[in-house]
Amino acid sequence: MEPLLDVRDLSVRFDTDDGTVHAVDRLSFDLRPGEVLGVVGESGCGKSVTMMSILGLLPETATVSGTARFGGMDLLAARAPELRRVRGRQISVVFQEPMTSLNPVFTVGRQVGEVLQRHLGLSRAAARTRAIELLDLVHIPAAARRVDEYPHQLSGGMRQRVMIAMAIACDPKIVIADEPTTALDVTIQAGILDLMRELRERLQTAIVLITHNLGVVADLADRVVVMYAGRKVEEAPVHELFARPQHQYTIGLLDAIPRRGAGDANGRLREIPGRVPSLARVPEACAFAPRCPRADDPCVRALPRLVRFSPGHVAACVHPGREAA
Amino acid sequence: MTVAEVEATPPVSPRARRRRLLLRRFLRRPMAVAGLVVAVGFVLMAVFAPVVAPYDPNATDFDAILEKPSWEHLLGTDELGRDVFSRIVFGARASIQAGVFSTLLAIAIAVPIGLAAGYYRGWIDPVISRVTDVLLAFPFLILAVGLAAILGPSLLNATIALGLAAVPGLVRVARGEALALREEDYVRAAVANGAGDARILGRHIVPNMTGTLIVQATVTIPAAIIGEAALSFLGLGVQPPTPSWGVMLADAQSYLSDAPRLALYPGLAIFFCSLSFNLLGDGLRDVLDPKTQR
Repeated sequence: MEPLLDVRDLSVRFDTDDGTVHAVDRLSFDLRPGEVLGVVGESGCGKSVTMMSILGLLPETATVSGTARFGGMDLLAARAPELRRVRGRQISVVFQEPMTSLNPVFTVGRQVGEVLQRHLGLSRAAARTRAIELLDLVHIPAAARRVDEYPHQLSGGMRQRVMIAMAIACDPKIVIADEPTTALDVTIQAGILDLMRELRERLQTAIVLITHNLGVVADLADRVVVMYAGRKVEEAPVHELFARPQHQYTIGLLDAIPRRGAGDANGRLREIPGRVPSLARVPEACAFAPRCPRADDPCVRALPRLVRFSPGHVAACVHPGREAA
Repeated sequence: MTVAEVEATPPVSPRARRRRLLLRRFLRRPMAVAGLVVAVGFVLMAVFAPVVAPYDPNATDFDAILEKPSWEHLLGTDELGRDVFSRIVFGARASIQAGVFSTLLAIAIAVPIGLAAGYYRGWIDPVISRVTDVLLAFPFLILAVGLAAILGPSLLNATIALGLAAVPGLVRVARGEALALREEDYVRAAVANGAGDARILGRHIVPNMTGTLIVQATVTIPAAIIGEAALSFLGLGVQPPTPSWGVMLADAQSYLSDAPRLALYPGLAIFFCSLSFNLLGDGLRDVLDPKTQR
């Protein structure tokens, strides 16, 4: 199937006082219609920057190169007015912070309606009617009354539902969900994930799910891209990734998930030693090598190539797979 | 609350509900209500001055010079036998006009400048900020006096001078707000959903500034009222014999020992007028700012 979004060799650099920071390094991935792509990695690995660069939302200090094909246009080369027509209409975003992502001085109905008025040219009354339908669709109880409430009158979970309603308002082809559940309580998280799964089945929207939570990925994603220090280190269908992880970083991440029977003999969870490297000095070698239990000479001599293990499963690791026990 | 309960609540239009809520919140603040009553009183007095005032404020009566307050002349008469109460009433016109219109003028000029500096940044921000800093080095009244001296003495010019003198302070406030608001998540979210600069400014930045602007306006209106009195006192504002509280204060100087009340009444008028606008503004800020709504 023709990919909906095809990103090739995306690099993002920030020129700072401390030198050039390579936030994203030659990243390629694609997104097919209706699929959920999980993008996983620790904080600062370039997940969010990747998505923001596709929508042209990075500050001017960023230098972006590569291509991002979407419906016959290259988003990275597109001019501001073209991008504005894509944002919110064809590709929309759900941010991490539902508490602050809504304008406090307007009712949620006005804010959902604003997107409809702008992109679909609805009248104010029609936008309001549609906003109620949308709030209903994201399971906000008593939507007809809630539509006139202000953001501060809603809980975090309700606000995130409003944000999702805004994101799907114009029936976009892609919804980018940037850590959509991170700021919420666990029980609320489950509700939001259920909602996203349901919407995806009903609306056939492709979702890019940015998260550091592998549990969320296992729950929702079809395919997963694992990022480390701005690079893609592994990509696989979700079951394949959990069953046969290849990159040592992915293995480390999976071993760090708390679950019954996990951990070492003392019942202690295995964590990945060390810290994420500074993006100002990412070597032309495996960036994970300094933290990798199996790193040796070849790991630091050259940048490992992405190797195909099975259809759709690639990883960039010199010592792929779990150690034979 | 269950769904059934929600649907059982009587259908009231949301706007009416909000208005009633705001009114109730305002009425719970006695100082704000007092401020409103007095401020509205002054405004009505200014608008209906010819009806309220018992005498022509400029009519002289040389048979009744420097008279003490009586039923005939509520606040007595001045050195030319003019009715002091009538002059206070007509003087409110100059004060209200200068206070309100100069503040509106200042906001109209300062907000776009502040937005340009705070939202667009770039080269324009340092330029505007440095010019503002230089102008802020001059005290408000000095600036107003200087501008009024350049423009020439009249109430209109005094109003313009006061408005212009208030611009630097408001620019700084508007710039600071724009600077803070452009980093808000909901602005980021709006950009990500395809909003352009005009919509971001009009729907997200300016509406969220209004609370701060109201507070600033409530500082500016009384300052301008006092400023108008000062300019008129110095002969740079309202010209005698047209009544103004500042002119009355200036005229009273010569009679301070014989009739101190001639200075007292306009002084009290200035005091209560500016105080009432201050209190009103404080109350409005508390009520209107949705961020304090709980």
